[in-house]
Amino acid sequence: MADAAQKPLLKMHGISKAFPGVQALNKVALTLFGGEVLALLGENGAGKSTLIKILGGAQQQDKGTIEINGNSVQLNNPQSSQAEGIGIIYQEFNLVPGLTARENIFLGQEPSSVCFIPRVQEEEKSRELFARIGVEINPNTLCSELTVAQQQVVEIAKALAQDAKIIVMDEPTAALTQREVQGLLKIVRELRIQGIGIIYISHRLDEIDAIADRVTVLRDGEHIATRDKPKLHRSEMIELMVGRSLDKEFPSRECIPGPARLTVRNLMRSNTVRNVTFKLHAGEIVGLTGLVGAGRTETARMIFGADPKDSGVIELDEKRIYANSPRDAIRQGICLLTEDRKSQGLVLGQTVQENFGLPNLKQFTQTGLINRSKERDAFAKFVNQIPIKIADHKQSAQTLSGGNQQKVVLAKWLQRNAEVIIFDEPTRGIDVGAKYEIYQLIHQLADEGKAILMISSELPEILGMSDRILVMNEGKITGEITEVSSATQEDIMKLATQREEIAA
Amino acid sequence: MKSKLDARKLLSKYGNVLVLLLLCAFISIITLEEQSPRSPAAAKQLAKNIARSNSKGANVIVLVRRGKDQQEFADTLKDALTNTGLNVSESIVGTPRDARIALKKQTTTIAAIAADNHMATFCADQLPNLGKTITALSKTTVFQPQKHKWPNFLKKENLLNVLKQISVVAIIAIGMTMVIITAGIDLSVGSLIAFSGVITALSIQQLSGNADPAIGHLLLGSAAGILVCAIIGMGTGSLVTLFNIPAFIVTLGVMFIAKGLAFIFSQSAPVPVGNESFAWLGRGSDLMGLPNSVVLMLVLYGIAHVVMTHTSIGRYIYAVGGNPEAARLSGVPVKWVLVFVYTLCGLLAGLGGVMEASLHITGDPKSGTLVELQVIAAVVVGGTSLAGGHGKIFGTLVGALIIGVIRNGMNLTGVEAHMQSVVYGVVILIAVMVDQLKNRAQKSN
Repeated sequence: MADAAQKPLLKMHGISKAFPGVQALNKVALTLFGGEVLALLGENGAGKSTLIKILGGAQQQDKGTIEINGNSVQLNNPQSSQAEGIGIIYQEFNLVPGLTARENIFLGQEPSSVCFIPRVQEEEKSRELFARIGVEINPNTLCSELTVAQQQVVEIAKALAQDAKIIVMDEPTAALTQREVQGLLKIVRELRIQGIGIIYISHRLDEIDAIADRVTVLRDGEHIATRDKPKLHRSEMIELMVGRSLDKEFPSRECIPGPARLTVRNLMRSNTVRNVTFKLHAGEIVGLTGLVGAGRTETARMIFGADPKDSGVIELDEKRIYANSPRDAIRQGICLLTEDRKSQGLVLGQTVQENFGLPNLKQFTQTGLINRSKERDAFAKFVNQIPIKIADHKQSAQTLSGGNQQKVVLAKWLQRNAEVIIFDEPTRGIDVGAKYEIYQLIHQLADEGKAILMISSELPEILGMSDRILVMNEGKITGEITEVSSATQEDIMKLATQREEIAA
Repeated sequence: MKSKLDARKLLSKYGNVLVLLLLCAFISIITLEEQSPRSPAAAKQLAKNIARSNSKGANVIVLVRRGKDQQEFADTLKDALTNTGLNVSESIVGTPRDARIALKKQTTTIAAIAADNHMATFCADQLPNLGKTITALSKTTVFQPQKHKWPNFLKKENLLNVLKQISVVAIIAIGMTMVIITAGIDLSVGSLIAFSGVITALSIQQLSGNADPAIGHLLLGSAAGILVCAIIGMGTGSLVTLFNIPAFIVTLGVMFIAKGLAFIFSQSAPVPVGNESFAWLGRGSDLMGLPNSVVLMLVLYGIAHVVMTHTSIGRYIYAVGGNPEAARLSGVPVKWVLVFVYTLCGLLAGLGGVMEASLHITGDPKSGTLVELQVIAAVVVGGTSLAGGHGKIFGTLVGALIIGVIRNGMNLTGVEAHMQSVVYGVVILIAVMVDQLKNRAQKSN
């Protein structure tokens, strides 16, 4: 694949980029050959996104050269990047939901704005592209009707239609189910055979193991190493990324469950949640898993009062509670760390301290005025303790990396001192090092006697963290695993896909 | 690197203050004019000059040519001179002939003559001769007001006028800023001005019956006008939150309703208020010469600033505008916050209506027309983003000042009304453009 004699398809050399106050990239090098998958690894904030934005022409490097097929190129805007055969598939897709797959693929490539669109040819070409990728999609389906995985295929087809020789995938599997991930990996292999160079960014080391030919690791804006994947062990990979060795992916802990704290009985909501009943005990971490759409998040949101329930009883410390809004739930000691931090967890335009204070203002208010220094001190305590990497308290929340954003969300609930804490995908999009810290925090909370419900799609995480596992399918709890240490991913998958309800 | 960053930050934070200062400087330059030497200020200055070069108790004659406002000038001059300790032995307002006759009669030594420009020329011509024959005038020096240039814009009366003119718009803009920060809009405030004015005037009429309204009636009537508008605002907020109707539509509806009702209730005629003390708020100036409406405006801005930066409700307003879902999931009572801002906006519009009515001592259903757009313009020029989540109370004050200063500048230089409209439009577009550039700069960081 990548033998020394072969000419590199893409060579980035000495790339530096500074933003006010931060050196995002410092003399980073990256080489990509045709027909290989290069995994670009690094923690959040390591500089991957910036490097990709430079490659995509969305930002310009301060220093350094980019060569494609040995020719030095200037990528001043996304158009010039596309013209050089670079296709970037960002985490947030650039598809117009109201247009069909075909129209999206050829958007911006119409022969001229006054001509009729050669619809038949386009349709044929789309089918050809889908066939090349090995997926069957009707080109005339509206994008809004496609699944996330299918939309991704449309993005890839769009890149191929523009004759891309280099395809960059930024966290392509973040929103995919397990089965869809397998489909995507197949597509990537197919593209590799066709001689396309692929830069693959993911936090999921399983995928890297499965697909990468070589690995380039960035840390704090510096190029740390580039290795051939077969020779690189997983623990070594993690070590390169975080700069220290992590013996284990999950911290260990002994669980001594106390009395029941949260009891949920016969929770119902139309078709999404059906007759859900379970208990959370003090000091216990209960993992809740299942396929996407199984009703896990919906259950959590109902307990939190974010969505109305049709029926069902919720008890806290054996006293029935009524939470008709998150405000009610919070007041009674329940909090929810939402799945989507950016759209639900944080007010991105406000400062980190303001986000931290939002549910806690009452504690900091004296005679009607917010005592900001009190608020700052409380926040500073968590910044040191968790720890959260921030430049200052007035930094706006959107400037933080995913892991640090999650820690800010966590800090605001810790300050609230809630009794029941529901985590919905607590480590999605968070890098390995920060993940470990968040796991430790969850453990710490359990040790303090809080009841914890952790929703996750990542089975290793569920197995590694939970004291007890609940599995949902089609709105029902289809199984409970109490002996977590002897359980396997297959056991969970079986429960998550079976149709018949098993008495839990 | 660091200092450059700070400069940029400062500019983006206080850019509109800079624009305001530049505007003031520019308008000052173009309104620079030879000031009339007969103003009260000139009289005081003249008296000061005379006092400086003469000892206390010296005799001074005031000599002013007859004409419009001259008597007043002479009087001010006389008072000013007396105040400095000089003895005004005679004050003459008349023709040169009158002056000569008066001067010839002098017997005691006259140290100085305080003359206006005309009389100064006369003195320069005649005094040397008179001095030879009349000993009282032999050592007399003539003083006249110094000619000086000063921008019409920067005169105290003019500046106070600018503040007074913007006070209604600026006060309502406080509520509008909060509404816009929650990513809403309120188009009804202009109509509420008329509605509030009419309700206030009618209430006062009702309360006082056939007698002249007492102060208590005036206060109660004003409270009624303000309260009714607050209730309307509360209704607006409820419709926006409970039925999820876009604020633009709801407030558009309320705008038509309130305007119509104002005309119906007043039977399409201005409703007079039969007590001059009602003008206290709109015309009076009790605190250090500051108009009462301006004092009220400044006080309200102070309060609003504290509310927005130091209280929970302020924090909540920003949070709801920035991300309503995240705010809700953080326990913010989003619906209450929205109802609060629309209620407050209605209340302040009601207050604006009372101020407007007070200014004319009449509740006029035609008042307030298109004021909502001026209010929104002030907020936008002040740097509040229509997308919600960002904005500053004092930014809005600066925005209102910018618009007020531009209007004043154009009035002083005689720009005609339609051209003024064009200029406002351009200013608003520039403000929004700058806002966009600012956002882009922030995003790329």
